[in-house]
Amino acid sequence: MKLLKLVPQDTNIKFLKLRVPFFIVSILLTIGSWVAVATMGLNFGVDFAGGQEIRATFTQTEEAPVGELRDTLTALEAVEDPIVQRFGEPNEVSIRVKLPAEAEGNPDFANQMTNSIVAAISENHPDVRIDGVDSVSGKVSGEFRNDAALALLAAMLMVALYIWVRFEWQFGVGALFALFHDVSLTLGMFALTQMEFSLQIIAAILAIIGYSLNDTIVVYDRIRENLKKFRKMPLAELLDLSVNETLARTVMTSLTLLVALLPLLFFGPSSLFGLVAAIVMGLFVGTYSSVYMAAPLLLWMGVTSDSFVPQETEADKQEKKVLGGL
Amino acid sequence: MLETPLWKKISLWAITLVLSAAALPSLLAPEGIHFEDAPEVNLGLDLAGGSHLLLEADPNDVSAQRLENMEEAVRSALENATPEIEFGDTSRSEGQLSFMLDSATDIDRARAELEPLMMGEGLRQEWDLTVVDGQRMVLSETDAGEDTALNSAMEGAVEVVRRRIDLLGTREPTIIRQGDTRIVVQVPGLQDPQALKEQLGQTAQLEFKLVDQQALPTNTQAGVANPGSQIFPYAEESDFAGGFEAVKRLGGIRGDSLINARAGVDSRNNENVVNIQFDQQGGQKFAQLSTDNVGERFAIILDGEVISAPVFNEPILGGSAQISGNFTADSANQLAISLQSGALPVPLSVVEERTVGPDLGAESIRSGLIAMIIGSLAVIALMIATYGRFGVYATVALFFNVLILLGLMAIGNFTLTLPGIAGFVLTVGAAVDANVLINERIREERKRGRKVITAVENGYKEASRAIYDANITNFIAGALLFWFGSGPIRGFAVVLVIGLITSVFTALALTRMWVSGYLASKRPKDLNI
Repeated sequence: MKLLKLVPQDTNIKFLKLRVPFFIVSILLTIGSWVAVATMGLNFGVDFAGGQEIRATFTQTEEAPVGELRDTLTALEAVEDPIVQRFGEPNEVSIRVKLPAEAEGNPDFANQMTNSIVAAISENHPDVRIDGVDSVSGKVSGEFRNDAALALLAAMLMVALYIWVRFEWQFGVGALFALFHDVSLTLGMFALTQMEFSLQIIAAILAIIGYSLNDTIVVYDRIRENLKKFRKMPLAELLDLSVNETLARTVMTSLTLLVALLPLLFFGPSSLFGLVAAIVMGLFVGTYSSVYMAAPLLLWMGVTSDSFVPQETEADKQEKKVLGGL
Repeated sequence: MLETPLWKKISLWAITLVLSAAALPSLLAPEGIHFEDAPEVNLGLDLAGGSHLLLEADPNDVSAQRLENMEEAVRSALENATPEIEFGDTSRSEGQLSFMLDSATDIDRARAELEPLMMGEGLRQEWDLTVVDGQRMVLSETDAGEDTALNSAMEGAVEVVRRRIDLLGTREPTIIRQGDTRIVVQVPGLQDPQALKEQLGQTAQLEFKLVDQQALPTNTQAGVANPGSQIFPYAEESDFAGGFEAVKRLGGIRGDSLINARAGVDSRNNENVVNIQFDQQGGQKFAQLSTDNVGERFAIILDGEVISAPVFNEPILGGSAQISGNFTADSANQLAISLQSGALPVPLSVVEERTVGPDLGAESIRSGLIAMIIGSLAVIALMIATYGRFGVYATVALFFNVLILLGLMAIGNFTLTLPGIAGFVLTVGAAVDANVLINERIREERKRGRKVITAVENGYKEASRAIYDANITNFIAGALLFWFGSGPIRGFAVVLVIGLITSVFTALALTRMWVSGYLASKRPKDLNI
């Protein structure tokens, strides 16, 4: 049986030749992402913004009347600025409303809100089915925001620290930059598309961190191995060699993950769409950043083949002198 | 060396089969087949449908209640002293109770009477007693006292919540304390959380207090109370909604000491009522109160609102009483349940609520499973097409990986949530990646002209380093996610962290055993990889 070889053997693509333009593009994309986050903002779900989210399905209607719903709800006295979005299937919607300050700690208020909204919708659409209601108070959503930010920062720092210990400090810094790039671009995508940013997306970002690291470590591991093997090779050449040697693995792993994730994106539950979409994007960004962020940074930070060979310290030299003198 | 010793083979297979078998009850459960005592994976609310409530208590409420109790205790201690110690000008402020003795000469006697009240269980100093200006005594809560009070209030609250949910007849609720002031309640399969929320939102603190007969109605309406009295509004459902009643602050009875509460109908006027039965001590106190005050009115106060204010027509000696107050059959029943389960030691408010309809949950499971099956088939096809025999090993390892992961989750009593399904997919990815790394390395080694055995040996050895490093870093990220994360994130982190361990086990240890078995028995001269 002839086996499939996605990447021909002995590729010799000069990845790092284009390192400067690509690095500039990466920096620009990172800055652009933060600009997008700052100007357009993230579309926080109730997890992070507080408020109430009602998910509903119109069982007899092909397409949910999003515009009409918005008008119906805006007309309600209790409701201010409702956000009505299609959610998954065409006949499914998610409705988000803010809870006023007096609702804090008053469960009846949230109940009444749900009831009045459901009543207003059922008047014109008796086929509406309520699939779920989430209410999060302002206090709890604030805690979720803090915890999430803390989890992301702690995860990035701790893994960078681990890589520093296992490799060298340059590798730790390189990995940290690559991760920062990936997380920034993911946030940027959520700002641009205005997809709902919920607790699940934090899970997705951490999965991206994990995946991107996986990639970075595989490349770094090969760089470390080659640094020991080819002591005299110029670093740029050595990095290219390492990326090329791991290319078949990179393509194969990305592809298998992609074929595992795509069905989940298209046929999976609608509530997982945002999470899976984020991970799929992270798959590409993470692979790219390992090659064009993590590797070139090593070059600029001056990694040499000495990094992994025990150095002669002053004490060693002294000892040698003494021994030599005898 | 590639050969696997016999003891290693046996233990690898034993671990694999035992843990895989542990997954069976969870897989058969949807078919309605259940094994006794066999642990199954819990389905999260987003999959099974149901309600999740996060309840929070305000520590200030606990503190206020504690001050009130202390005031009662002080009063009874000083009144029962011989001769009685007279005092007045009582005031309560944040964490402090202060009062003035009528005579400064009583100070030592008062101190002796009150000293025992300052200690909690195990001689913990729960209050500090100080004397100001020779005549004013100030009791202030200590931090230890505050903590103990909050802790026991929360423990009591958990118990009351449990009893109320049990009385509602819901199945398998999860009720856990979270942090200092919070309780998580999860009720799977619950269609309508409204009733549950109303039940839990009601503190059900029932009080009987004597009406202050001297109060002028105009003053009461304006919110001005005589010294020693306080004013409560009438409940919305009562006959006097919008009105107020002035009652004496002290000397009432708290409804903590009920042994029974039942909704019923008064045969005389067909009104919905709640019949209550005091325990022995409460019954005696109630008998005393009604005997001393025949002909006077008393207010029945529920959670700070007056339900009704009837007259003691005669001493009530049997320890049972009837509460009426324009109840509907439902509201009478709800009140009965709340009273029956006891008052919450502290009011709870709902700070987070999530409800998932059972239809959506079932749909999510179905579409999630379909997507996983399609994805798995695609991964298997790709692996076998690329690595041939080695792809088959990887696939079988993947199959065991999923089973072992499920089995471990069942044994550890973990919960599978919707994000957890995404975690499964990523785990599969990690396992595939490990095999890809190994197999690509073997290809490389063969290309460099290494012999079959050496190539495979080097493949496993050289690839392991990156596999371990990658999985340990991911493990760190997953553990932090679990540590800081809440709710939906945790479900994801659990699968991720356990999955990393199982995927390293199956992708490294199991495939290695199979590959070495193949090499030992067939001794191939070339590898099709």
